[in-house]
Amino acid sequence: MAILETQELTYTYSAGTPFEKTAVDHVSLKIEEGQMVGVMGHTGSGKSTLIQHFNGLLQPTSGKVLLDGKDIWADKNKIRDVRFQVGLVFQYPEYQIFEETVYKDIAFGPKNMGLDEAEIKRRVLETAHDIGLPEALMERSPFELSGGQKRRVAIAGVMAMEPKVLILDEPTAGLDPAGRDKILEHIKAYHQRTKNTILIVSHSMEDIATFADKILVMNKAKLFCYDDTVNVFARADEISEIGLDVPQITKVFGELKRRGLDFGKEVYTVGYARDLLLRSLKEREVQ
Amino acid sequence: MEKIIETDDLHFHYEPDEDGNTPEDVLKGIDLSIKQGEFVAVLGHNGCGKSTLAKHINAILLPTGGSVIVDGIDTKDEDKLFELRQRAGMVFQNPDNQIVSSIVEEDVAFALENLGVPYEEMRRRVDESLKAVNMYEYRLHSPSQLSGGQKQRVAIAGIIAMQPKCIILDEPTAMLDPQGRKEVLAAIHKMNREKGITIVLITHYMDEAADCDRVVVMDKGEVVLDDVPSKVFSQVEKLKAIGLDVPQVTELVWELRKAGYDISPEIITEEECADAIERLFA
Repeated sequence: MAILETQELTYTYSAGTPFEKTAVDHVSLKIEEGQMVGVMGHTGSGKSTLIQHFNGLLQPTSGKVLLDGKDIWADKNKIRDVRFQVGLVFQYPEYQIFEETVYKDIAFGPKNMGLDEAEIKRRVLETAHDIGLPEALMERSPFELSGGQKRRVAIAGVMAMEPKVLILDEPTAGLDPAGRDKILEHIKAYHQRTKNTILIVSHSMEDIATFADKILVMNKAKLFCYDDTVNVFARADEISEIGLDVPQITKVFGELKRRGLDFGKEVYTVGYARDLLLRSLKEREVQ
Repeated sequence: MEKIIETDDLHFHYEPDEDGNTPEDVLKGIDLSIKQGEFVAVLGHNGCGKSTLAKHINAILLPTGGSVIVDGIDTKDEDKLFELRQRAGMVFQNPDNQIVSSIVEEDVAFALENLGVPYEEMRRRVDESLKAVNMYEYRLHSPSQLSGGQKQRVAIAGIIAMQPKCIILDEPTAMLDPQGRKEVLAAIHKMNREKGITIVLITHYMDEAADCDRVVVMDKGEVVLDDVPSKVFSQVEKLKAIGLDVPQVTELVWELRKAGYDISPEIITEEECADAIERLFA
């Protein structure tokens, strides 16, 4: 069952003016429940416009967005409920922190949903745990925390609403490698606990390779592909052509293939490359 | 070659708190010597002191111990502050915080106007700088219409218009997409190659560092590695221990070496890695 579906979704900015621009052009896709999806596309590809449709921040110029099989715009008055079910974490979300304590900041969303105190507390503490914020920080001011911690508070605030679909727009932007790995680990922990669908926008194919079941690629307002990670990496050359970065390791194996050394598999992580090479080398030694 | 930047036992700590306790040193005795025309990357995770070091090069911060000499000027010499900043320009992470004017060419001319450069000369330098970063055709645009990478290139043009000997860039690509990163890096490399401007690039992108002449790795306020990229990245365990990445190809080579295969640890490009694997299967 698809949790999120778009049917011929089209969105045109400034229609009827000289600045008219179609940012999303007849996109149809189905995202299955429980998937971890990597979303790629360079600036101006339409990916941000697309994800803003998933929780009703933008209304399609034509076409439909279905959540759990229902058109989210069928009843305009219910769009607020859609936003509780599809949580969107923007880029640099730490700029949106405003509460006095970490606890209150994370509790803000659940409170607005009208939940009781006990349920709010459970959610705040569980998400804080997933995202790696110790309980000792709960009564601290979020503004005293490090940049990486602030970002995790902001992300937890959306997670605590336990949306069926969580969308994060470049959650690791500007972080160092350790901070980046930590955030991705914590998002995976949340995914394992809740089994909810997660979409992560990222420019780093190397990062996407480490978590995504599926990859959605936008190019020039159109859906370039939405497929299993391994199938998307099989199209590495095309992906390079549309200006996206392919993992370094994938490029090495592409080069080897051109030189006549074909391992017959798509390689996109270092661990996989190592296992593949070691196995092939052993087989040769046996022969 | 002539030295352009020299730090001698550089120490720095922030102001004591209300109770008079002096905080721990952020920089703990940095001895660094950079030659004119070098392209140096400074790597390290957040909080390692790399930005603090960068801010010492053009006297945004002053040492609490030791000294920093840039092109013969001691950064503590207040009388020479403007001269120093003209010779060592700085580009920051967020392009939106560095643009002051509503027209691209005016933004590039901003510092020159402050320096009192004559009009004809200013016109020439602004055009030249914009051409150098490939932004000349946007000279009459509003910066608000530009992409992040374009804005960063305008900021770089503003610095090169001052004809500095040295440019320090503090994570100039951290907020950019891959296309913007490529544009900005191409512009920086061109400045270094064609104008011989010394570049100090603060980054945590390993691929950016791999293209430099020299990589300085910082951890906890100290320089822990300082060598050519292939030698620095061959220290996979050490880099991982301080929370840094190595290029994927270097990591793969390291894994194969661990399994007992004879490959050079100093591999940092895709080409070199493909060559090495090809040899294993030859």
